[in-house]
Amino acid sequence: MRWESWSQFWEMGGYGFYVWGSMGMTFLFVLLEIWQARIAHLNALALARTEAQDTP
Amino acid sequence: MTIRWFHYAAPQTFYGLAGRLWPWFAAVSMVLALAGLWIGFGLAPTDAQQGEGYRIIFVHVPASWMSMIIYLAMAFWSVLGLTFNTRLSGMMTRALAPTGAMFAFLSLWTGALWGKPMWGAWWVWDARLTSELILFFLYLGYMALTSAIDDVRRADRAGALIAIVGAINVPIIYFSVKWWNTLHQGASVSLTRSPSMAQLMLWGMLLMALAFWAYTLAIVCYRVRSLIIERERHADWVKALPEVAGAAS
Repeated sequence: MRWESWSQFWEMGGYGFYVWGSMGMTFLFVLLEIWQARIAHLNALALARTEAQDTP
Repeated sequence: MTIRWFHYAAPQTFYGLAGRLWPWFAAVSMVLALAGLWIGFGLAPTDAQQGEGYRIIFVHVPASWMSMIIYLAMAFWSVLGLTFNTRLSGMMTRALAPTGAMFAFLSLWTGALWGKPMWGAWWVWDARLTSELILFFLYLGYMALTSAIDDVRRADRAGALIAIVGAINVPIIYFSVKWWNTLHQGASVSLTRSPSMAQLMLWGMLLMALAFWAYTLAIVCYRVRSLIIERERHADWVKALPEVAGAAS
């Protein structure tokens, strides 16, 4: 392991803002995309259910 | 053995196939990302010139690669769609676009956060950065155009043209650092020569790239299923699905 403490890890040698700003945004976007895909899937299923009930 | 491509290209078959595949791709992506982050942040050495700041590479390069690969995949499906008029092609192209746009944005975002400490500027109008920005706008243009046309098949054909014509931009991005004198550095990894990076840095980056690949496959398989249900909801096979007919939920 290259780090002597957690605070050293978060500081990233003075580049903490840039490194964690990159990692954090990537993580956030992936979570948002998964959430959005889940909502879209539930909406599509709801649409298909309505269709199936209207025309048995 | 011949694979029955058109059999799998039928939305009904592909719906089941994608449903079985996406959890595996998601699991593989998680494992690869954890391994890549462990190597990238736990084991990889400090860079001689850039200190710890270089670690942005573990998302910047994979995101940039995926933004280009996804656009090429969209162009590929578009060619198939226009040639064979298969229904799945347009749905695959649409399922890919949001993820491609996301990676293009992340490429620009992480690039800005890397450029500021190393070059002293968030942004420069350099050939590499500008062509990547154009790629991001191509994704947005594709999504805006396809969602603005009500007739889905017409929307797919119009979108296919953007995807195919815009694909010219991808080699421009890739070779921009060779063709022009850019502030952006040249490729650290290429097929024709050995990489100019420390082994562990390279491994961390490659694992993250593979993780992003697997993530893309997972989310696209997942998203295309929603599109299939939405478009084929009038078909009997959709109405008979357990998740639609109500037995499962």
